[in-house]
Amino acid sequence: MDDMYGKGILKGLGVTLKHFWETYLDDAVWLVRRVTKGERRYLSLEGVAHRSSKDARGIFTVQYPEEKLLIPEEFRYIPFLVYDEGPNGEKTMRCTSCGICSRVCPPQCIWIVRSADPATGRPIPDPFEFQIDADVCMNCGLCAEYCPFDAIKMDHDYEMASTSRTVFNKEQLAKPASYYEAIRPINAAQENAARAAKEAARAAAE
Amino acid sequence: MTTPAPTQTLDLAARFPGSVTPDEREGYDGWIVAKEKLISFAQVVRDEFGYDYLSSLTGVDYLPEGKMEVVYHVYKTTGGPGLIFKVQVPRQDPIEVPSLMPVYPGADLQEREAWDLLGIKFIGHPDLRRVLMWEGFEGHPLRKDWQEAFFEEEAKPFKSRWPDGQFTMAEDRTPLGDNVAFPAGFDPKKARFDPETALYESLRQYDKEETGLETDHMLVNMGPHHPSTHGVFRMAVILDGETIVSLKPVMGYLHRNHEKIGERNTFLMNMPYTDRLDYLSSMSNNFGYALTVEKLMGVKPPERAEYIRVIMAELTRIANHVWAIGFLLNDLGAYFTPMLYGVEERELILDIFEAVSGSRMMCNYFRFGGVARDLPEGTLEKIHGIAFDRLPRKIDELERLLAENEIVRTRSIGQGVLSAEDAIRYSAAGPLLRASGIPYDVRRAEPYGIYDRFEFDVAVRYNGDIYDRMMIRFDEVRQSIRIIQQAVKDLPGGPITAMKPVYQVRVPAGEAYGRVEGPKGELGYYVISTGKSTPWRYHIRAPSFINLTAFGPMCTGLKIADVVGVLGSIDIVLGEVDR
Repeated sequence: MDDMYGKGILKGLGVTLKHFWETYLDDAVWLVRRVTKGERRYLSLEGVAHRSSKDARGIFTVQYPEEKLLIPEEFRYIPFLVYDEGPNGEKTMRCTSCGICSRVCPPQCIWIVRSADPATGRPIPDPFEFQIDADVCMNCGLCAEYCPFDAIKMDHDYEMASTSRTVFNKEQLAKPASYYEAIRPINAAQENAARAAKEAARAAAE
Repeated sequence: MTTPAPTQTLDLAARFPGSVTPDEREGYDGWIVAKEKLISFAQVVRDEFGYDYLSSLTGVDYLPEGKMEVVYHVYKTTGGPGLIFKVQVPRQDPIEVPSLMPVYPGADLQEREAWDLLGIKFIGHPDLRRVLMWEGFEGHPLRKDWQEAFFEEEAKPFKSRWPDGQFTMAEDRTPLGDNVAFPAGFDPKKARFDPETALYESLRQYDKEETGLETDHMLVNMGPHHPSTHGVFRMAVILDGETIVSLKPVMGYLHRNHEKIGERNTFLMNMPYTDRLDYLSSMSNNFGYALTVEKLMGVKPPERAEYIRVIMAELTRIANHVWAIGFLLNDLGAYFTPMLYGVEERELILDIFEAVSGSRMMCNYFRFGGVARDLPEGTLEKIHGIAFDRLPRKIDELERLLAENEIVRTRSIGQGVLSAEDAIRYSAAGPLLRASGIPYDVRRAEPYGIYDRFEFDVAVRYNGDIYDRMMIRFDEVRQSIRIIQQAVKDLPGGPITAMKPVYQVRVPAGEAYGRVEGPKGELGYYVISTGKSTPWRYHIRAPSFINLTAFGPMCTGLKIADVVGVLGSIDIVLGEVDR
């Protein structure tokens, strides 16, 4: 090597030293914010948000499970079925068992048994059984993307470790529309508006 | 066809009267070469026409026609469109095609793969062993008449799922409760496997030097479980003392036959599967696949989608390269400090991916004719913030930490050298090729998407050693930042998809080879459609896999400890190597 004086190493150590100091410097800055605004660097939403922003300096880590990364609206995990709640608490599944989700599913983990009218034997738009093999599901979100009835949506709950095969049935998958609106407010509002417009158009036509 | 396809304008038929004919099937391109003339044809194509770079080599099983076809895609390293040629042989074992190893040594692993998965024997290949499956495996899984243990139907969606989808577990349907099937008449108790002899024999085919000293050579297996291998990857090495005399990569431990799965899937279903190839850069994988199928469909995404695609692909490149630099330093012994500095930047990029696509790594964001959804509110500002404010500063900082460090320099300068000629011969791609002095970048050589609109330089370094392969990643990250800055500024409004979102796309019959400059190198997809809902053939030119062709030659003569650094500098991801 041309020069082996250790200049490059010292220069590099300067970078790590800067990182080291910045953590404590930021702690000091946040101490001021805590006093003036009541904001905390650790174990708080604003702290986690800061640490995952472009202005983050020094230590970057999030202390899971005490702290959790903020989940964006589009985050997707195992799908669930949406039901609407009536005024008296009755549940209406949005799913019509049309089967599009099970046909679009890449690993083919959605199993649907369609209901039949006991009198006529004709299929009726309500799933008799709806199962998702959560261990096969690859969380791609195609089912939710292509469902024409906004009936199957991707969840935000990612803490579902288990010691055995996980297969969800209709009861386990069903979640109220209010839950969906809580985790995905923007999407839900858009879809509700689109559905209302469609219904208004249909009412006008009649 | 009335007008000749672009690669058929060269007058190759006249050079080889009777044995070279244009491929006239509807939607196909290139030349069909008689098997006997293949090597001389390839020589003419390489030496006289300048197609010096073998990009992709693969086989296609045309079961109904009773034919097996080998498809070659060659390009010029000076840029421009490629040339396709094919050899067709009857589909009766033994299926024999001459090996192109003498003309394009980069055919090595690709021919082994075609032999392994399709059972095409390449006559003249010096080491035609299985590469992804194990020795002793029965059959060739990519053949159309081969069925896996979990076989249900030829194509998805399976009829058992709807409308009478009584749930059964796949493992309950096979006798062993696992994804394993035995060939007829097989007795596991009497079976004897000898997977290693052929490997070790091929390893011993090095040029023995007469030194006058009687020294023993030692065989060492590094991996498959070894912290330096970035996954399950094995290097079988013959050592003279500490010096490597011969090295062979052994892979396939993560093999799942992605291509067979892809041929059972519908076109759209393959999109999330491509995420899992090079799982560090799923956006680029999506890009290549979307591009290829769009070529077949004749769809062009709207402007806004094109810009979003470029932004995502370049963010992926940055995320991949800081990760690669970090892990290279891990391999060189700078344990985790540089890596975590790199990962910080990657983390911010993954947050953007998560906000846009819903997943940090398995993005599944591209759709044929556009992207899945528009950028959510605030995301553009985030991208703007990191591209203009944070990344340029942080990349400089990371370079300040590493570039002049004397230990890094002594461990990496002059080590694992790949010459420019060898890089082309072995079909090396991406940073590996460019660090050896070949300024070849698909984004410039054959622009796709809207890359022709952006101002950026093709990064190139000339020594071809570990140090240059590290530094070229810094250069490329800087160029990617430049592209993102331009794209963010020019991002137009408008729709994000050219067609109504449908889950069952109609893809006209034909073949298409689409390639993108992925972070690891040239990522190619070769897709054949017969007009049905599933692709007939779905092949991936995996840059990590093909870059390993040069790995053995690069390591010969090095000390065993440096192999780890060389492997780190190639930057492989086993999800893509093993597919």
